[in-house]
Amino acid sequence: MFTRILTSALFAGAATGLIAALLQLVFVQPVLLHAELYESGELVHFGAASAVPAEQAVGGFSPVRDGLSIVFTMLIYSGYALILVPLMALAQGRGARITARAGLIWGVCGFVAVHFAPGLTLAPEVPGVAAADVGARQVWWVLTVVAAAAAMWLIGFGKSWLHWGAAAVLLIAPHAIGAPEPEVFTGPVPTEIGALFAARALGIGMAAWVVLGGFAGYFWARETAGQGAAQPA
Amino acid sequence: MNATSTLASGSRTGLLGAGIFAALIGVGIVTLTGHVQASALHDAAHDVRHATGFPCH
Repeated sequence: MFTRILTSALFAGAATGLIAALLQLVFVQPVLLHAELYESGELVHFGAASAVPAEQAVGGFSPVRDGLSIVFTMLIYSGYALILVPLMALAQGRGARITARAGLIWGVCGFVAVHFAPGLTLAPEVPGVAAADVGARQVWWVLTVVAAAAAMWLIGFGKSWLHWGAAAVLLIAPHAIGAPEPEVFTGPVPTEIGALFAARALGIGMAAWVVLGGFAGYFWARETAGQGAAQPA
Repeated sequence: MNATSTLASGSRTGLLGAGIFAALIGVGIVTLTGHVQASALHDAAHDVRHATGFPCH
């Protein structure tokens, strides 16, 4: 059983990670490199003697840096898949049908739990922005992701308003309480770049998670073909 | 693989154990790649952490 979970998760995670990494390199990395020009002070947009063009020649492929990004993206999505596939197996054991198509919805829920819920208050940060202590933000991030994931499960498999009400509380509470915020703003990066970065990071995150859900559903359905239906709910 | 018997009997506990073990490995991988602040890991995963919305610095 463990081998089946591992096989499905690693196939789905590695394939998704590769796709996500390529999307990030094309759509997110140039924005990040542009921001780093301001983070390092190479470009200044306030009080500069002359206006700085909004278009900068950034990009190109850096073998070590971008190669590591590809490896780490594949790792991260494999890690997510190792959590997603057991949850799919658990739902299947309770009577849910797992297919590639159903996996797309699991993917959307995964995106909401892991990217959108924490990103709603701790927006994806471009390098150089002011932020509170990283440890405090990580604690808030983890708690928010766990709460949102539990909420997604309650919405999907809940059977009464008690479940759906609890889901709403879990979704809203982290934002009502609030995330650790910096005491002062010191970011040298133009807001236009920060906003574009957050939008791109969330957009690519959604694409990647939908792909991950679809692949995970597909591979898990293949691994358990002919058995899922025989399993008592 | 005699499939029906593997899943039908005794596999609920097997599935639960295997699932929990796999999920723990998954949590470990996400923690290492996304959260651990050791500088070598941080530098290598830097762009991915920003692009994936993890708290980074």
